[in-house]
Order: sequence, then structure tokens, then C-alpha cells
Amino acid sequence: MSALKPRYLAAGDAALVIEYGEVIDPDLIQAVQRLDRRLSRARLTGVIETVPSFRSLMVHYDPLATTRAALIAAIEGLGDENEAAAVAPGRSWRLPCCYDAAFAPDLADVAAATGLAPEAVTQTHAANPFSVAVVGFLPGCPFMAELPPIFNLPRRTSPRTRVPAGSVAVAQKLSVIYPTESPGGWHLIGNCPVPLFDARWDTPALLAPADGVRFQPIDAAEHARILAAARAGEYDPRRECADGETI
Amino acid sequence: MSHLRVERPGLSTTVQDLGRRGLQRYGVPVSGALDPLALRLANALVGNAAGTGALEILALGPTLVVEAESVRVALVGSDAGLAIDGQPVPAGRSVTAPHGARITIGGFTDAASCILAVEGGFALEPCMGSLSTYARGGFGGFEGRALKAGDRLPLLKPAATAVPERKAEPIDYGQGPIRVVLGPQEDWFEPAAIERFFAEPYRVTAETDRMGMRLDGAKLDHARGFNIVSDGIADGHIQVPGTGQPIVLLADRQTVGGYPKIGAVIGADLPRLGRMRPGSEIRFARIAPAEAEAARRAQETAFAALVQRIGPVVVMPTTEQLLQANLIDGVVAA
Repeated sequence: MSALKPRYLAAGDAALVIEYGEVIDPDLIQAVQRLDRRLSRARLTGVIETVPSFRSLMVHYDPLATTRAALIAAIEGLGDENEAAAVAPGRSWRLPCCYDAAFAPDLADVAAATGLAPEAVTQTHAANPFSVAVVGFLPGCPFMAELPPIFNLPRRTSPRTRVPAGSVAVAQKLSVIYPTESPGGWHLIGNCPVPLFDARWDTPALLAPADGVRFQPIDAAEHARILAAARAGEYDPRRECADGETI
Repeated sequence: MSHLRVERPGLSTTVQDLGRRGLQRYGVPVSGALDPLALRLANALVGNAAGTGALEILALGPTLVVEAESVRVALVGSDAGLAIDGQPVPAGRSVTAPHGARITIGGFTDAASCILAVEGGFALEPCMGSLSTYARGGFGGFEGRALKAGDRLPLLKPAATAVPERKAEPIDYGQGPIRVVLGPQEDWFEPAAIERFFAEPYRVTAETDRMGMRLDGAKLDHARGFNIVSDGIADGHIQVPGTGQPIVLLADRQTVGGYPKIGAVIGADLPRLGRMRPGSEIRFARIAPAEAEAARRAQETAFAALVQRIGPVVVMPTTEQLLQANLIDGVVAA
């Protein structure tokens, strides 16, 4: 793949946006993640942290330690190198998901919108290899790309004020898991009982950008078992959900 | 263990430091004091490192009872009516409260927030490297929430150090319009909307919290709709949702977002912005990134000089004492 030419955009005097495009596209997501890793290895002066998203990388920097101009020059100086060889694979996860009706109030709507039977919707979702593009909105909340084009659904017209914790939802060819109860406008089709965020972990979020995710269908009894174990502190998803395969 | 017992919590009092950096890629907001200059100065007055966790107080202060031998405190950011057992203490200086004393801070209207620092800081466990409270996520600070009556805040020092009290000059927050660097989505707005944004006043609405400051004023028309593919959010970023009314994102801002951002308030003006209360009028002015960086460096130099000038509290002699010392005669005779 030829290197994509980014745009450098302003974000105040302490952040810089390096933008590859304006749409959700696997090539853009990967370009962002490659740049993220390049920057992380380079440890440029003044860079505080980087935040990858679908189509751009946000670089937060200390304006007392560097300048926007110096930073852009340093980033351009990193070159494109042999990116494919340099990219380490993300971790790979298998996350349990219960698609029972009690957790899937929007399954019928999604089935109608996609023209699939409800079982086909959940089977497609469970069989789909997802890649985490962004973690955000809520601490530990993964936005995962990407579902087949028929899943290019808009958000619900009226967002719910309370989406239950663990809800697995779809919109815009993406899937998301709400780590905590929150308002939300996506279509709920299942529930993942696994804790996705814990401030006591070395890295507080289970999932990170570039990680691979597959969903493992489970029944309500298994869902209840995992949830109870997680609440009792006896279920560590870092061990239980790590998938041996690399993506 | 020495404590400050919370007798009345005030409107919203949380522990804050300079924020939680390095975890935005996991969706963890930065948080931290709305007015970081006040935090740093209050800490300097009580001899703490600049980023030591302190109490950030919004609109109405708490009443705290000293359950320690003594504690040295300093209030910075507002003349909020700090008193020790009813004795008023001006802002911008340290004061030591003895065992059993009541530290009270009243309601205040000269700023949205102020900071009460305690010598030594609080004996709280940092969460993900910071003492900042992120109440929406329920973590950081004291039990991840604003203070409640009956809470006992553990102090690291059992007694104030025997050093003279110190005072500082007021912080120069700057004046004039709040300066904004355009981007990254200024091309999602009609050129007339950008002109309007810099020409018209905006008012801070009551729906303002530590996450965002909602403004009311001239509607900003989008040229390309108001749904972008979510991207990163920086300090002071100004989102404009479908209503066309801007929202300036503050300390508890989310890490990524899906509304176009017309620009970002510059770092040098964020402390002043963080002090603005509902009802305040704001005007914005455009500035280039390089000028914004220069403004930030200039502010830092001025602030460092302000900290350098912190000196002992000198008790002014009364006129009678002056007369007794016969200084006035001396002046007249000369």
C-alpha cells in the first residue's frame, strides 16, 4: 500500500491533528495506528500522549517543551520506513456475548434494516473479525471496525437515556460495547458480561486500538455465571478472554 | 491519622491536581483543576509541589473541621470568604488553623471555582497516577466523588510546619477576548459563521459543568452537516453540535467526539475561561498557533516570577504604633 499523505491540522496550542481522511475506512484506521506506533517508538521531545481514532491521530504536546513547527518537522523526519515489517500485531480477544432477546431490544429493527433474519444478524456479528479502531466515549469503550456494508445503519432517532452496562451495539458498520451504564443511541443486539475497564489494571482498559476481537455466543446461564464471577472479582478477562491467535 | 472532617460539603468540592495524562487512548479523561494557575499558586503558598492534589470548590465552599494538631491552608482563585473560626482570612495567603478549628468558605460570585490547598497534601491513593476526581467515572480523589458531609479527608502531615505564613500577589489572568486557534474542522462551517463567532458575544449558560461550558449566542451554521467521524479532542476544544451553539470542553472532557470543532481556546486563556460563571459574557478572538505558544510561554514566565515573589505575611503596624516609634516626626523633621 502506498503511504497516505496526511494533513496537519491545528487543535489549540497543545495538540496537533494528523489526519488521513474524513471517512471510516480500514486503510485509514491502519495508517493512523502505524503512525501511532511510529511516534510511540520515536519518543519525540514534548509529546505527552497520542490518541488514535478512525481517521486521525491526536498528538497532545507540552507547548513549553516543543512547538507545533518543531513537532511537525520531527514527525515528517520519521519517514515512512518499512511500516508493514515494523508493526507489531495487536492482541487478540474472544469476548463472550449473549444475544438473548432480553439483551437485544433492537435486534428486530436491525434485522429489518439489514434485510437479514434476526439469527443471521447475530451470527454475522459473532463471526465477524473486528479490529479495535478507537477506545473512547467512556473509559474502556471500544469502537470496533467493521461489519459488512449492509450494517451501515444510522443511530437510533432517539437515543436511550440509559443503556445497560455491557450492551453490545451496532451502527455505522461498527460495533461497540458500553463498559458502564450510559446514555447511547446505538442499536442494542447483545450483552458482554466481561469487565472492560478497571483502574487497578496496569493498563486500565482491556482493549486497545489495533486489538482484534471476536464474539463468542453464550446463553443466559453462562452470561449470569460470568457476571457473578466478575462482580466477585473471580473473573479476570485479561486471562479468560485472551485469544492465542495473533491477528 | 490526621483529618479534615467535612461538616458541610459546599456545592461541589472535589480533590483535583493537574490531571491524569497518558491514558486518553483508553478513554480516560484528563480531568484536573479548572484553574490550574490557582492550584499551582495555592500549593506554592503552603510549600507543596505545584501539582499536589487540593480541593477545588465550585460556587459555594465547604465547612471543614480540623482533626489534626494543626493544618496550614491557602485559598486562591476567589475572595470566597475564607474564615478560621469566624476570623476572615484574605485569599492568596497561607494561614494555620489549630486543632478543632472550623475552616469555612462561603458562597462566591467573583469566579466559578477556587482552590484550597493544604500543607503536605492529602493522604489519598492516586488512581491511575493522579488524585483528580472524575466523578462521572466514579474514580480518583476521595472515593471518586464530590465531598459529602461526614467525610474525613486524611492529611499527610499531622501538624503545620513552624514557618512564617506567606502571601502572594494576585494572578494576572490576562484580559480582553478569549483567544482561539481555529481548527481542526473550521472548514465544516460557513465563512460567515466563523466571522460571527469572533464578532458576537456569547453567554455562559447554567448547563455548564466540569465537562463542558455551554454557550448561548449567535448561531453558527455548519457548511457540511454536524456529524463528523469521531476524532480526538484537545483541551479547550469548541464543539458545535446541530443547534449551532458552541460548547467549550473543559477538564472532564471526553477523549474523542463526533461534532465538528471550530477551534480551541489557547492554553494561556484556559485558566481564565475555567473561572467564568454562568451568565458571564465571552468574546472570542482569533490567534495563530505560534502566537498562542508564545502567549503560553509568556504566561509561564510571568507566573514563575509571581511564585518567586511570594513572601512572608507582614503584619502592618497601626498608626498608633508608628507614632510611638516616632517615625512620623522623623519624616517631618527631615
